[in-house]
Amino acid sequence: MNKTEVRTAVLAELTRIAPEVEAGELAAERPLRDQVDLDSMDWLNFLVALHEHLKVEIPEADYQKLGTLQQVVDYIAAKLGAP
Amino acid sequence: MIEFKMPALGSDMTEGKLLEWKVKQGDAVKRGDVIAVVDTSKAAVEVEIWQAGTVQELLTEPGTTVPVGTVIATLAAPGEAVAAPEKRPEKPAEERPQPRRRISPAARKHAEDRGVDLDKVEGTGPGGSVTVEDVERAAKRPVVEEKPAVKPLPEKKAPPVSDRALEMRKAIAAAMARSKREIPHYYLSQSVPLARATEWLEAENARRPITERVLMAVLQLKAVALACMKFPDMNGFFRDGAFVPGPSVHAGVAISLRQGGLVAPAIHDAQELPLPELMRSLADLVRRARAGSLRSSEMSDPTITITNLGEGGVETVFPIIYPPQVAIVGFGTIARRAWILDNDIRLVPMVSVSLGADHRVSDGHRGALFLAEIARLLQEPEKL
Repeated sequence: MNKTEVRTAVLAELTRIAPEVEAGELAAERPLRDQVDLDSMDWLNFLVALHEHLKVEIPEADYQKLGTLQQVVDYIAAKLGAP
Repeated sequence: MIEFKMPALGSDMTEGKLLEWKVKQGDAVKRGDVIAVVDTSKAAVEVEIWQAGTVQELLTEPGTTVPVGTVIATLAAPGEAVAAPEKRPEKPAEERPQPRRRISPAARKHAEDRGVDLDKVEGTGPGGSVTVEDVERAAKRPVVEEKPAVKPLPEKKAPPVSDRALEMRKAIAAAMARSKREIPHYYLSQSVPLARATEWLEAENARRPITERVLMAVLQLKAVALACMKFPDMNGFFRDGAFVPGPSVHAGVAISLRQGGLVAPAIHDAQELPLPELMRSLADLVRRARAGSLRSSEMSDPTITITNLGEGGVETVFPIIYPPQVAIVGFGTIARRAWILDNDIRLVPMVSVSLGADHRVSDGHRGALFLAEIARLLQEPEKL
């Protein structure tokens, strides 16, 4: 899975949890939770979905590294060894 | 004979639309069975029955709206003879030309909202059942030509379902107007340090796989539920001029819906659930609330409500009681603040816990002790 595919998968999970999101309108470098109305439960569900579908472990201590869409994609891509 | 009436699924409900019967004439039902799906202004709700019996007659046709309290079915009590089901000789139940289609309540509601004819929707769910996605597809069919080669665009936001939003706003307004008109509220708030709870939870969650992690909101919920056991005057109903204590703590959780509005269904016996189980119940409740598939018992019997508005940075909530309940607890945002501890200024994660309670049942002094108990419980997270 390359980075573009990781991004597609991340966006798919995000829009499943927040159906009102327009993927094309998200600024990849801006904090995700400033742009999408995600509470702690939504956020946890989002990470659980990524964990289950992409088979990555996401320790709670790493949550703070996952501020923007780009950071989420980079983090998962790194874990998967994606180019 | 048992008369089954249109239930009040929350104090703001005056009428309900029967969407679907889950039983037919002659079916035996037991306590807790879902026998119908009713549309309230807030959600499609699976309605349970609390008596065992045999369905004698279904009096209301699906699609009909009737006032709360209307008898919509009759059942024979156990041991009672069932009236001969000879009323519709033209169509005995076993010889229905088509097997009944399985349609999820959420899909049915979706179809209603979108004006989709369910007869024309192809079901792709388990056993050919119709899912929300099927309805979604059918809703788009007239406008979008099917071109399987083209990757579908990200789903466009549906136009606002203005009728439903309007109905929900009316229902919330009715309940809150009644609350402000009838309930002499008093409000208290207290700052509670969460240093121990935060540390404990971080250590716990670090040990758990992501699927079993617990949110701070769950600790707060449990602390309120346990405090209710010591302060029964915060947990129950004000009915017919008197306070009736709740039989257990059915913790109503205020859940905001993505399309606007909110519901506050109950987690039953919250005081008895261990934290991981409470977390699962909460996650399940939020998911079903947003999918529009709650059960009648969850809607009708919360004994106290907990509202958490911390996510948006709110410092203190001034909560309004949901009648006929007598108290509501609000949590604000958790933020690090300067706090004096042992003559020292420390940076400590703090939360403001607030209470709106009914003066007809309790006084500020009791309320203060109740909040202090919640604060105390949150200092011993391992015991929650």
